[in-house]
Amino acid sequence: MNITELTVHELQEKLKNKELKITDIVKAYTDRINEKEKDVQAFVTTLTDEATNQAKEIEEKVNSGEISGEFAGIPIGIKDNMCTKGVKTTCSSRMLENFVAPYDATVIENLNNENIIDLGKLNMDEFAMGGSTEYSYFKKTRNPWNLNKVPGGSSGGSAAAVAAGMVPWALGSDTGGSIRQPASFCGVVGLKPTYGLISRYGLVAFASSLDQIGPITKDVYDSAMLLNLIAGHDEKDTTSIDREKVDYTKCLKNDVKGLKIGVPKEFFGEGINKEVKEALEQAMETYKELGAEIEEFSLDIAEYSLATYYIIACAEASSNLGRFDGIRYGYRAKEYKNLRELYKKSRSEGFGAEVKRRIILGTYVLSSGYYDAYYKKAQQVRTLVMEQFEEAFEKYDVILTPTSPTVAFDIGSKTNNPLEMYLTDICTVSVNIAGLPGISIPCGVDSQGMPIGMQLIGNKFCEETILNAAYTFEQKIKFRENHKPTFEGGIN
Amino acid sequence: MLREDYEAVMGLEVHAELSTKTTIFCACPTNFGASPNTQTCPICMAMPGTLPVLNEKVVEYAVKAGLATGCDISRDSKNDRKNYFYPDLPKSYQISQYDKPLCEHGKIEIETSEGKKTIGITRIHIEEDAGKLNHDEFGGGSLVDLNRAGVPLIEIVSEPDLRSTEEVELYLKKLKSVLEYIEVSDCKMQEGSFRADVNVSVRKKGDSKLGTRTEMKNMNSFRSITRAIEYEIDRQIDVIENGGKIEQETLRWDEVSGKTFSMRDKEDAQDYRYFPDPDLVAIKLSEEYIENIKKTLPELPESRKQRYLEEYKLSEKDANIITSSKYLSDLFEGAIEVCNNPKAVNNWIISDISRILNETETEPIEIPFDSNQLGKLVILIDKGTISSSIGKKVLEELFENPRDPEEIIKEKGWIQISDEGEIKEIVLKILEENPQSIADYKAGKDRALGFLVGQAMKQTKGKANPQMLNKMFLEELKK
Ligand SMILES: [Zn+2]
Repeated sequence: MNITELTVHELQEKLKNKELKITDIVKAYTDRINEKEKDVQAFVTTLTDEATNQAKEIEEKVNSGEISGEFAGIPIGIKDNMCTKGVKTTCSSRMLENFVAPYDATVIENLNNENIIDLGKLNMDEFAMGGSTEYSYFKKTRNPWNLNKVPGGSSGGSAAAVAAGMVPWALGSDTGGSIRQPASFCGVVGLKPTYGLISRYGLVAFASSLDQIGPITKDVYDSAMLLNLIAGHDEKDTTSIDREKVDYTKCLKNDVKGLKIGVPKEFFGEGINKEVKEALEQAMETYKELGAEIEEFSLDIAEYSLATYYIIACAEASSNLGRFDGIRYGYRAKEYKNLRELYKKSRSEGFGAEVKRRIILGTYVLSSGYYDAYYKKAQQVRTLVMEQFEEAFEKYDVILTPTSPTVAFDIGSKTNNPLEMYLTDICTVSVNIAGLPGISIPCGVDSQGMPIGMQLIGNKFCEETILNAAYTFEQKIKFRENHKPTFEGGIN
Repeated sequence: MLREDYEAVMGLEVHAELSTKTTIFCACPTNFGASPNTQTCPICMAMPGTLPVLNEKVVEYAVKAGLATGCDISRDSKNDRKNYFYPDLPKSYQISQYDKPLCEHGKIEIETSEGKKTIGITRIHIEEDAGKLNHDEFGGGSLVDLNRAGVPLIEIVSEPDLRSTEEVELYLKKLKSVLEYIEVSDCKMQEGSFRADVNVSVRKKGDSKLGTRTEMKNMNSFRSITRAIEYEIDRQIDVIENGGKIEQETLRWDEVSGKTFSMRDKEDAQDYRYFPDPDLVAIKLSEEYIENIKKTLPELPESRKQRYLEEYKLSEKDANIITSSKYLSDLFEGAIEVCNNPKAVNNWIISDISRILNETETEPIEIPFDSNQLGKLVILIDKGTISSSIGKKVLEELFENPRDPEEIIKEKGWIQISDEGEIKEIVLKILEENPQSIADYKAGKDRALGFLVGQAMKQTKGKANPQMLNKMFLEELKK
């Protein structure tokens, strides 16, 4: 048995029937991290020693009956923009290189309550700004399916670690596609929940009205289980919605008969890779075979989504990142003559180029004289995007699109062209703008063996619908049984 | 042209700290004067990942202030971010309200020497206070104290309806007393919980167009506000008279030199990049919510004043003074309940208490004794236990070291001599010592009686009952 290839629900099964012990599982993962980290470079901080000790403690407590719970001792990896008490939270930025939060994010508290073990903090694009994890201050994470390729981003460390079996599952965050796009590139399952379903307290903000935390997992069942653990109202986040708790595993019925799936033609036009398009068409056929109804429709507002997204996200980021000023915590320039220079040098030296680019963009669109033309206009378009989705969901249960127009690209191929990098978000951003749930699951591989992702979008708080649609598809094509990352290539 | 040919136009922006127990977006205490950074948490220190949660009491207090000043209350309001960098502003933005304030279109009535005048209130909005920078006497740099960061404020913006320093002062006093009455702010100017920025412009009398205005900050007493405005009006007229132009700028009042200094001009005016705070949801208020707050509004100064005029027959002037402060007004009503002598209580407050407050530059809220003690003092005089001149000494004691007035007079031996035998003894002694006065009186000089009573009071250190003295001297002199 290869422990690190198992899903979490499989691990739970084996713990239950005593085939495995918690310490076995954690040992397998720490060994795997030690073996693969030099190739994959997924972690900013590894907690292998801490995890080993914790595994022993939890195992003893479980054996003595002091604690119980189906997740006790299950390991996880956390994207490095979620605050973890006593462990560095860097956002992969020089600015927070040594920042240790004195509190846990609400999602981390939820995991701790279940005695889940943190294996470490995972690499990302600096402050979650990017689509390839190449904008990390510390390292470039590599795609386990081909080490010369990017894992996507910004939750590239999380997706790569799950794909490489270095963690059984992970938490990512998604502002414009940062969970779904890397999940697609790495052949794993990534869910961005409805805005407001998960508390953002303790998630270092990039764009507050778009950010959501979500699971990156090996399969859909694990995704539903992790969602169960993190979903729910939090008094510390007033944008989180107070609604009744549901068990998301209950909706996985392996049945999509009569499900109405809308396919927006705009997502299959210019710019989409031929093999990606073919894989998606194949997926639609599969859904038809399974008894779902597929219909093409127009979502023409999507054309404006990317511009709208970059205006809103950058505007909010420019304000959210103001607190990194070198005064209270974070990077401070060594020498400065006055306050102005302290700010200027600390922020110039502490932030990377992409973060600065977005702060400047955001500052510009909020400036007096430009506000109406950019920020206000973008908010108006945002309303239109929401309305068009609302209309679409009157007709369809699920909207199906590619997660990304391409498969994972070569490391270094887009870092000098920000606009091309922004285009990798084109299929995912409208979901954030409208605050909807979206899931990416693998639907095949291209001729090079690189995974192709399919995105299923649901109406607000209809996670159950897209999870079931994804689960039913997954059961049919059995992607994980047929395809495995090869760890081929590798440049150093 | 002469100064008299110009008219000054003033508008005020008042910041009042709300007296909620906790801060506006976290649960830190709002006490004044705690040691630096001890009343902070990750939220008000703006640690990464933290989020604000709006304190509902802040909305309630602001709505109260709006209702008490006749504002329309917005059913749909929101919080906005005002972005700028300064070390006392940990998030690098202040959460405030921009285009949808909680309260709008209110008014306040003042009574000037020329009659009643209505001052418009443009808006009242909620926002958070910033921290403080303290100069480091040892290291030479600046130290940041974030205790005050997140203390809730309301900003009350007036229309440019004010024309004189008298009006400004009356407006501020009225506003202050309203906020005190509805108990949303303690309005302590010394501690900065009630501060005013003043916009000043001048124009030739008869002009309908407003002149260019300057904004003055950093005044922390009524006196410095008045001084600053007078200085600024003169300065602006001087500039215009010398052919210059007024620049729109922000000025800092310097109390020591008595001058204003430019803080920043229009050229490098800050662009605050206001936008709706995405971390906070819209503030939606129901009719029922607003109605409920309306019901809890206490009696306001205007109505108390009317009551004093009718019920206690106070003069307009006295009623104005007493109702100008909730604390004075409460003291007045409380003392009456104890002694049932409104006229005497009124006299105490208007004359001696007001005088002592003035002399010691104390605000009514700082009066150390309570209405019960004042009421008892009045009773002691009414019963003849002490004379009113001893009463004044008791009042001074109450300011020094407040305790039961009866205890004070016992302790000090100030009880009035009202024993007939004792009084007679004193009278005879004084008469014996002053034969000239007897002769004067008999020759028709009435003043001699006053002199004799005065001598008796002097010898008894004010303790003899003056009415009894009077009566007995007359009896003896007529013999
Ligand atoms: Zn706090």
